[in-house]
Amino acid sequence: MNALLKSREAILALAILILLAVIASRFPGFVRPGNLANVLTDTAPLIILALGQMAVIVTKCIDLSVAANLALCGMISAMLNGAGVPLPLILLAVIALGAALGAVNGLLVWKLSIPSIVVTLGTMTIYRGIIFLLTDGKWINAHQMSEGFKAFPRAVFLGLPVMTWIALAIVAAFALIVSRTPLGRALFAVGGNPHAAVYAGISVGGTQAAAFVISGALAGLTGYLWVARYAVAYVDIAGGFELDVVAACVIGGVAIAGGAGSVAGAVMGALFLGIVKNALPVIGISPFWQMAISGSAILIAIAFNARGQGPAGRIILTKAEHRA
Amino acid sequence: MQPVLSLRGISKSFPGVRALDGVQLDLHPGQVTALIGENGAGKSTIVKILTGIYQPDEGTIAVDGQPMTFPTAQAAGVAGVTAIHQETVLFDELTVAENIFIGHAPRGRFGLIDRAAMVDGARRLLAGIGADLDPKARLRDLGIASRHLVAIARALSIDARVVIMDEPTAALSHKEIHELYDLVETLKRQGKAILFISHKFDEIFRIADRYTVFRDGQFVAEGQMAEVTEAALVQMMVGRAVDQIYPKRPAEIGPPVLTVAGYSHPTEFEDIGFTLHRGEILGFYGLVGAGRSEVMQALFGITRPSKGACRVDNEVRVIRSTAEAVAAGIVYVPEDRGRQGAVKGLPIFQNVTLPSLSRTSRAGFLRLAEEFALARDYTQRLDLRAASLDQDVGLLSGGNQQKVVIAKWLATRPRIIILDEPTKGIDIGSKAAVHDFMSELAAQGLAVIMVSSEIPEVLGMSDRVIVMRAGRIAAEFSGAAMTPENLVRAAVGIGEGEAA
Repeated sequence: MNALLKSREAILALAILILLAVIASRFPGFVRPGNLANVLTDTAPLIILALGQMAVIVTKCIDLSVAANLALCGMISAMLNGAGVPLPLILLAVIALGAALGAVNGLLVWKLSIPSIVVTLGTMTIYRGIIFLLTDGKWINAHQMSEGFKAFPRAVFLGLPVMTWIALAIVAAFALIVSRTPLGRALFAVGGNPHAAVYAGISVGGTQAAAFVISGALAGLTGYLWVARYAVAYVDIAGGFELDVVAACVIGGVAIAGGAGSVAGAVMGALFLGIVKNALPVIGISPFWQMAISGSAILIAIAFNARGQGPAGRIILTKAEHRA
Repeated sequence: MQPVLSLRGISKSFPGVRALDGVQLDLHPGQVTALIGENGAGKSTIVKILTGIYQPDEGTIAVDGQPMTFPTAQAAGVAGVTAIHQETVLFDELTVAENIFIGHAPRGRFGLIDRAAMVDGARRLLAGIGADLDPKARLRDLGIASRHLVAIARALSIDARVVIMDEPTAALSHKEIHELYDLVETLKRQGKAILFISHKFDEIFRIADRYTVFRDGQFVAEGQMAEVTEAALVQMMVGRAVDQIYPKRPAEIGPPVLTVAGYSHPTEFEDIGFTLHRGEILGFYGLVGAGRSEVMQALFGITRPSKGACRVDNEVRVIRSTAEAVAAGIVYVPEDRGRQGAVKGLPIFQNVTLPSLSRTSRAGFLRLAEEFALARDYTQRLDLRAASLDQDVGLLSGGNQQKVVIAKWLATRPRIIILDEPTKGIDIGSKAAVHDFMSELAAQGLAVIMVSSEIPEVLGMSDRVIVMRAGRIAAEFSGAAMTPENLVRAAVGIGEGEAA
């Protein structure tokens, strides 16, 4: 499996390089380091959320409420800023709030055994609804935000904006969590074989809830980054972004059936989408083609995954039949 | 009289197991043939071959003397073979009539399903078997006995000539069983050939006309029920000497480690009590469904008993979760490796350390070196054959997967280890390694419970054997009383007085 994943990641890396080469042949400026850094910064929210989503999907769940969570936390951060709360407190508040919203998902999945797709479909709408209740649908615009609040994500540190550094730090933290902590191991065990996980004394529901909390906390943090970067907060920010997040995971080889996926894959899946979104307008391809290319990438990725898992699946089936 | 259906030389292998080895089976019109054999004799496999779910590797199937193949379930149905399964395969959300006619519903104009004709047909079929059921009732509103009737009506609806009944009375009440016997008589009068699979000797003698005995995937004997005795059938079922040599070492039996008293469960088992000693291998024998695994799962905290107590080293322990069981020193190696044992997709070493992560981590971070050391230690003791400990468990053979699962539990340093069918479906070489290791564990002072349906294994490895039947302890044997005949008699419930 590891070798397979590695090769799958190699294929994805190759696909990204080919994509860049094609773009460079039409518009060489795109692959200048400065521009690539911009693309990375632009993709930072997607990378962060894709990692949270990966944790959730690996446990056989899905979190459709990430974008709504992001929007709600973003709005709260703008409101706290308006009330004069200092930035470090705002950051702590949005991370805690995001984690709490994630915990709501997690507890519903764990304690009431509701399928996660249903839970997060519901909370997605509820979280957006709460923004509307808080604001009556009014926007918070740039002039209502303090300079420090807006400047932090864009402040340049060692050549890259803080937002990019945050994303990179989260990537590193995730790599560590996944490979070196009992929780990281539990995520894969629960997704790979929930029955065996129970027998090994691992709480399946508890692990899934933990994944939702991680996803929620990251969505909360991203909420602030998003609002500060675009200097506007309203009900519909990041509308539909949850689908990009899931798409990044799928393209990155995270198995929708759970139990398989890697940090590198999720990050590259996000980068692939980020490059497509940034490059196509530059080389003059219509937005319709952007969508078609993203969609095709998802289908191709799934076809790859299905092919990779095909033979193993058949072997398992004959064994299962034999037992029966 | 020519048989309706005749199988000759049927063989079927699965990776690592020869499930059927050149068996034969004849089914005659208007007669009930009982297929008799221990667990794993190949009964379920032959049913699947007859119904087109499996393809035999070798051998011929003849219907009315004409060779046939059943490449699909549909083909078997067209040839007139139908099965009423152990767990009846019906659709809860459809009506009785829809269930009966699914796949071959009467069509009306434009190829649409003719509902009126379907309901009428269902009513006629149900009346024919004396079933008072509303064809429009939803199946989920029916009890288990009624579902059987629907399944039988379905069998008749495709004009079946061969009806296979696989443990049809397992889930029925006393009254329902008698109704089923009447139904079998009705089917016989209609000239159907019936293959009846049951573990219950009383009902075999009551309704079967002929018998066929399988053992370890091989044909043993066939004949008329009228010419055979219970004792002779038991002999044919177990019939072999314990030919394999088991590496059972005489272990020193120490003081009691685990005492279970009055363990009961609302539906699975009742009043289970036994004592397990240090250094002992205690065998649990019984037919599939006797409740052995369920008792073990309760001891391991997967389910909770409704009543009863359990003491480990004279200390009362309440086990509510697997973590508490592991803390009490009890581990359970489940039967179903695929579902409950190994996590496919994770490498070997991560599977081994899964329940021991608290020991291989420091300050919340896993130490890969310690994980590898732990995994290497226990997999080497079990003689695991793998390219590297980094390898995905799913790529290993069944026997080696079983070793990984056993290594996983040994790594938690248990006092009591429960092995549920430890060698089921694994090759001979791996079996010997598992047996050898089991002996070594007992010699080291572990207390071992071995749930097994293989009589030679039970007899070869155990110091004592407890036989369970229908959720209760039927008998306990040790020493010279541990014979194949005694075990089977207790398991099927013959001659209870003397066995207990």
